[in-house]
Amino acid sequence: MESQVFEMGDIDIAWCPGCGNFSILKVLKQALSELGIKPEKLVLVSGIGQAAKIPHYFRTNFFNGLHGRAIPPATAIKVVNPDLAVIAESGDGDMYGEGGNHLINAIRRNPDITNIVHNNMVYGLTKGQASPTSQIGFKTPVQVKGVFLEPFNPLALAISLDASFVARAFSGDIEQTKEILEQAISHKGFALVDIFQPCVTFNKVNTHKWFKENTYYLDKSYDPLNRVAAFQKAVEREKLPLGIFYRNDKKSTFEENVGVYRQNKEPLALRKLERKNKLSDLIKSKR
Amino acid sequence: MNALRAQKKDEVSVVLCGEAGQGIQTVEQILVRYLKLSGFHVFATKEYMSRVRGGSNSTQIRISSKRASAYLDRIDILIPFHQGGIKHVEKRITPETIILGDREVISKDSPLEVKEFIDIPFSKIASDIGGRIYVNTIAAGVVLGTIGVEQHFLTNFIREFFSKKSEDVIKRNIDAIKKGYEVGTQILNSGKIEFTIRSSPRIKDENLLNGSEAVGLGALAGGCKFLSSYPMSPSTGVMVFLSQQMEDFDIVVEQAEDEISAINMAIGASYGGARSMVTTSGGGFALMIEGVSLAGMLEIPVVIHLSQRPGPATGLPTRTEQADLELALYSGHGEFPRIILAPGNLKDAFFLTQKAFNLADKYQIPVFVLTDQYLIDSLMNLPLLDISDTRDENHVVKTHKGYKRYELTEDGISPRGIPGFGEGLVGVDSDEHDEEAHITEDLILREKMVDKRLKKLDSIKKEIVPPELVGSSNYRVLITGWGSTYNVVREALQELGREDISFLHFKQVYPLYEGTRDYLQKAQKNIIIENNATSQFGKLIKLYTGMDIEAKILKYNGLAFSVEEVAAEIKKILGKEKV
Repeated sequence: MESQVFEMGDIDIAWCPGCGNFSILKVLKQALSELGIKPEKLVLVSGIGQAAKIPHYFRTNFFNGLHGRAIPPATAIKVVNPDLAVIAESGDGDMYGEGGNHLINAIRRNPDITNIVHNNMVYGLTKGQASPTSQIGFKTPVQVKGVFLEPFNPLALAISLDASFVARAFSGDIEQTKEILEQAISHKGFALVDIFQPCVTFNKVNTHKWFKENTYYLDKSYDPLNRVAAFQKAVEREKLPLGIFYRNDKKSTFEENVGVYRQNKEPLALRKLERKNKLSDLIKSKR
Repeated sequence: MNALRAQKKDEVSVVLCGEAGQGIQTVEQILVRYLKLSGFHVFATKEYMSRVRGGSNSTQIRISSKRASAYLDRIDILIPFHQGGIKHVEKRITPETIILGDREVISKDSPLEVKEFIDIPFSKIASDIGGRIYVNTIAAGVVLGTIGVEQHFLTNFIREFFSKKSEDVIKRNIDAIKKGYEVGTQILNSGKIEFTIRSSPRIKDENLLNGSEAVGLGALAGGCKFLSSYPMSPSTGVMVFLSQQMEDFDIVVEQAEDEISAINMAIGASYGGARSMVTTSGGGFALMIEGVSLAGMLEIPVVIHLSQRPGPATGLPTRTEQADLELALYSGHGEFPRIILAPGNLKDAFFLTQKAFNLADKYQIPVFVLTDQYLIDSLMNLPLLDISDTRDENHVVKTHKGYKRYELTEDGISPRGIPGFGEGLVGVDSDEHDEEAHITEDLILREKMVDKRLKKLDSIKKEIVPPELVGSSNYRVLITGWGSTYNVVREALQELGREDISFLHFKQVYPLYEGTRDYLQKAQKNIIIENNATSQFGKLIKLYTGMDIEAKILKYNGLAFSVEEVAAEIKKILGKEKV
């Protein structure tokens, strides 16, 4: 399948020229086409921020909700219709700041959705304040003396919660990012993909060059099933590893656990309810 | 002790008073269930402290020949289970109140608190049977014996009631209920108490429900497939009830990490095609408010069960109030339509919750079911709910290629598709958007979209649930109320026995019924009754009718109105003005 099916045609895209979002948009469309996922069977769920505009540049079903709140509706969409591929996608401020509690609990709940986080270590839409992943010392108009909060480490957090799939990519590497995204989307269970992405306007520190120089790929001998090793990799600070850090293939999903699909595989949303008799019996039992 | 000279011998008000964790709920459950099966009208309401152990809680059980489902001040029989129990309800005790108590407990109270009472050595009897825990079953037996209820199926009932316990525990409970019943019979035979409550075999087949169950059954009847919520008194009962129906009814019930997640999940489920709801209370609802606005913008249906308790902030967590009407009415930034329903009794709670799902789907808006602790925690018999009066409405369309989620239409309602059903694509957006849900800053289109959303109000207003007029249409005095005050005002008016006073009860508080002004104008004297401090519904009426109801009966100490209190307040207002 061609990635053309997701193209919107000639549209005005609101991102700055050179923004890492362009590569992520392109590579996600490619990954989805290679996996054979049709636009009608996909829902892109996003919050608010530059990254969260992505559904508007994508020909598919979408739910562009509130800041920090992409994960809860994505979880619910998947559980009422598991036939849909569901991707929750937003930036670092949205997912790790405003929506932090949802991320933690989505990992625990383990819906079979993919969570893509565009991580540029800065707030773009609100013009350049610190984000949860901004590095210590990063100066902004608000953090005038530089950031002193410990940067949020999404990978270490996810691994500590025994997340189902944890990876980090870099938007500057199309092929590797596509490979990681394909694995994440195919993985059964909650898959977190943190994607490093330069912000050409507001982050003059963590540039394309900086990411190139400060990252490296986990090598072939690395075992993503080893949680302790994964945690060690996740807390490395000198150079930041890229790749699939951790996978737990044995976890049951939210959809499997809720019970409505144990005997009937038809999506809950599409099921015709035949409740009258049961309801009548239930009412009669309350006597 | 004098014989009970209750004004109404065809009914009795029993009050149980105990610490949290002492088990008065068990007494309540045994009594209410057995009495209802015996053909008596029953009503139980409780007031309790926000603690798991200790404190002072009370439950009132009314047993009557006629339907009587409102809170009464009057206590005919009081059973204090703990030291301080008498003091807790002191103001409601009259010379006619019979106190059945254990000298061992009551004697520990200060001399001022100790009233005349019939000594029943509950602790002694219980320890003979096997332990302190049997006090509850004994007490239930005492009440049944005292009011002379037939005991022919009592043993079987107790066996079934405790069926999850061991055979030994079941037997001891049977001993306990029999012993209690014996003691009760002795009291009855002593002539100290006399009741003539008539039973009717028809009541046996009626429903016995609390408010949470009524709302929960309404949700099932309304096609609810998804509920996400965060526990908060008094709204949690609905989540508990629906959780227990998950297996049988194809419903997902999820305890969310917080209320923000809960409503965003519910909206997601609804977008995905499953009718959804949340159940919450004031503080939790405060967190959901961004979601209310989201539902307004996305035009996604969601039912919000908001069970009120006194605020601000944490307020009185386990008590009741009607003070979140304005919160529901104005919740959410921006302008968009909504509907607020306010059940007056359990039948309303069932039918209006069911209706809320149809309305939410039809107009693609948030619909509120506004209850409160008093309504939600009340337990009573009512005629069997008839689901043939409910309607399965479908408001979802199969999409076609080129489908536009926000197609501009005559009435503002765009056909609602769901993802994965049809060939079209379904987008929704919290930004102002075009017909295909893409972000727009076309300000002409912005106006069109605002108009489109608000235009739905015109259709909504054509099917407002009309208020119910209780009493003659030739009234001189009109009492206006809403929500859970239905039964109490109704009974207070029966008590007053004045044909010139009628009661206008609103089950839908917003949008306000268009004929409201006509009702009010017809009265020489208008009185409004609300369980809040600022007459929120009165303000809403003034806003939409221009009429200011000056005479107000307001209560905001955390308790529900009592029948006597409402009757007295009405008298006081009318007495002053000689209407």
